[in-house]
Amino acid sequence: MKTMTYGEAIREGMSIRMREDNTVILFGEDVGAFGGCFGVSAGMVAEFGENRVRDTPISEGVIIGAAVGSAATGLRPIAELMFIDFLTVGMDQLVNQAAKMRYMFGGKISLPMVVRLPAGAGVGAAAQHSQSLEAWVTHVPGLKVVYPSTPQDALGLMLSAIDDDNPVMFVEHKAIYAVKGEVENFDPIPLGKGDVKRQGSDVTIVATGKMVYEALEAAKTLAADGIEAEVIDPRTLYPLDKDLIAQSLAKTHKLVIVTEENKRGAYSGEIAAIVAEDYFDLLDAPIARIGALNSPVPFCPQLEQYYLPHSKDIIAAVKKFG
Amino acid sequence: MKMNKQILKDMYLRMRRIREFEVKAQNLFAEGKIPGFVHLYIGEEAVATGVSVCLRDDDFITSTHRGHGHIVAKGGDLRFMMAELFGKESGYCKGKGGSMHIADRTKGILGANGIVGAGQNIAVGAGLSCSYRQTDQVCVCFFGDASTNQGTFHESMNLASIWKLPIVFVCENNYYGISMSQARHQAIKDIADRGASYGIPGIAVDGNDVTAVYEAANEAIARARKGLGPTLLECKTYRHRGHFEGDAGLYKPTEEQKEWLAKDPLPRFSSFLLENGFSEKDVADLDKTVADEIAEAIRFADESAYPAVEKTVEDVYSDIIEEVRSR
Repeated sequence: MKTMTYGEAIREGMSIRMREDNTVILFGEDVGAFGGCFGVSAGMVAEFGENRVRDTPISEGVIIGAAVGSAATGLRPIAELMFIDFLTVGMDQLVNQAAKMRYMFGGKISLPMVVRLPAGAGVGAAAQHSQSLEAWVTHVPGLKVVYPSTPQDALGLMLSAIDDDNPVMFVEHKAIYAVKGEVENFDPIPLGKGDVKRQGSDVTIVATGKMVYEALEAAKTLAADGIEAEVIDPRTLYPLDKDLIAQSLAKTHKLVIVTEENKRGAYSGEIAAIVAEDYFDLLDAPIARIGALNSPVPFCPQLEQYYLPHSKDIIAAVKKFG
Repeated sequence: MKMNKQILKDMYLRMRRIREFEVKAQNLFAEGKIPGFVHLYIGEEAVATGVSVCLRDDDFITSTHRGHGHIVAKGGDLRFMMAELFGKESGYCKGKGGSMHIADRTKGILGANGIVGAGQNIAVGAGLSCSYRQTDQVCVCFFGDASTNQGTFHESMNLASIWKLPIVFVCENNYYGISMSQARHQAIKDIADRGASYGIPGIAVDGNDVTAVYEAANEAIARARKGLGPTLLECKTYRHRGHFEGDAGLYKPTEEQKEWLAKDPLPRFSSFLLENGFSEKDVADLDKTVADEIAEAIRFADESAYPAVEKTVEDVYSDIIEEVRSR
């Protein structure tokens, strides 16, 4: 067992595989001596050298494209986009190339590549450095999408993401890089397996990324009022662990979904639709869905906090079930 | 440079294969046997050929929407290509890719590509892989004049040059981006000049002269193999057809078309062969060989079955099928 931060766990996951497998390399903007914009790759260039931990120019298209081309020809690259917001610049390489090559070529080309995508608000980074754009990538056939919330999950999911033969989008929440946790298990966590972060029998709260912490806080408050919330972190957005959500709903019959995305078109809507289509009979009440406001992410901390969903919003949604 | 008879014969076969394949594809498209879009390479055969004869099977290429010529020249199987154009199960991509998306990993063909300029970024990745694995493989990146106005061109040339990647960027300047002439879509004449922006050699050659392309490509590829970095090789050529079949190409002035048809690379190269030790019969025999190959490819494609519709959900992921099926 080892205590580490979420950021250190991501680094450890990458480093474990890089120690074992020479074909795993990391590249992106300032990931080398600078250590990455958030320090996630600090020290890696010293351990693995500049040939395996490569600084790239500020060229998001070719960062993803280099991952595509090197994955198609024998490497297992990890490409870091400094902010998920920069996906806009590299979107063709991701959506039209990475996601479709296996299919277009009849299954004859594999792309074992990971794209790291630091996401989320709460650090005063304003509208172009704070978004939660995971729904953009979950929408695209051919991509897998993971979004860990704890150091343990970050490490285990990074191992699986690197081991996977498909392009895996590794969404990281930048405001929880310093959150510490115990890491007991240094094995891969299978993609598509969610985790119950708190057991409860009265209501199910499905939360992703930093919202897992808001959900846990809400659950604590609700417990004081005699309501036991079960908190589920899907951990992988695609493929989604529907069974785990259904098992919980079979107990609780009530569902709150909370993600940090602005609510319109959010992946939380996809989860809600799946539950409504497949598990309607398990529900005793309409699904409650919580997200950020449908505005760009504001800069000033007061506005930003107003924009974001919080535990109080989750509590209010649960109380509405009566 | 002295080219031996074997190389000359090989080059002629490749050029003739491309021409025959394309002329037949043109007819089959008109007959309705080939669905979708086809972008023909007729007129540009000397470029793919002159470059590809310098490559090994384990070298890589990235291609474009006008990719048939590159794939034929790099050794793609004509039967699997034609079957793919027909949308058949036996095609290179099991009928899932079509004309614009043919790849053959075993021949280093990393795919034709429907997005203009996208192959440039992918070539950087292949070059990185060759360089990192310390092989002496190279990657040739084919692209058109219009793609040099995309951001991918700048990003790729820049990164390939600072990392000294073993890539040859082959610009097929056919003077048109769909209907927009080069004179209208950029303010320079020689795209090769752009090499200077990246501190790499930029060379312009007559892209309708296969021997000129061969000589320039051979040098650029040798440079890349030695770890000396990328080259930008501009081959000036002309597409005889419209952008795609169905485009009559009315934007191309008649005089210009006449001038370029007179420079057609195929008759030009057969004349060269006749002046360099080949007999009329030698050339006719090669033509016959190619005609038989293409006829066999068409027979193969024609007789192959369409894929079962259930196959639609396969190959999206290496390991997920059931979820893809949900609608």
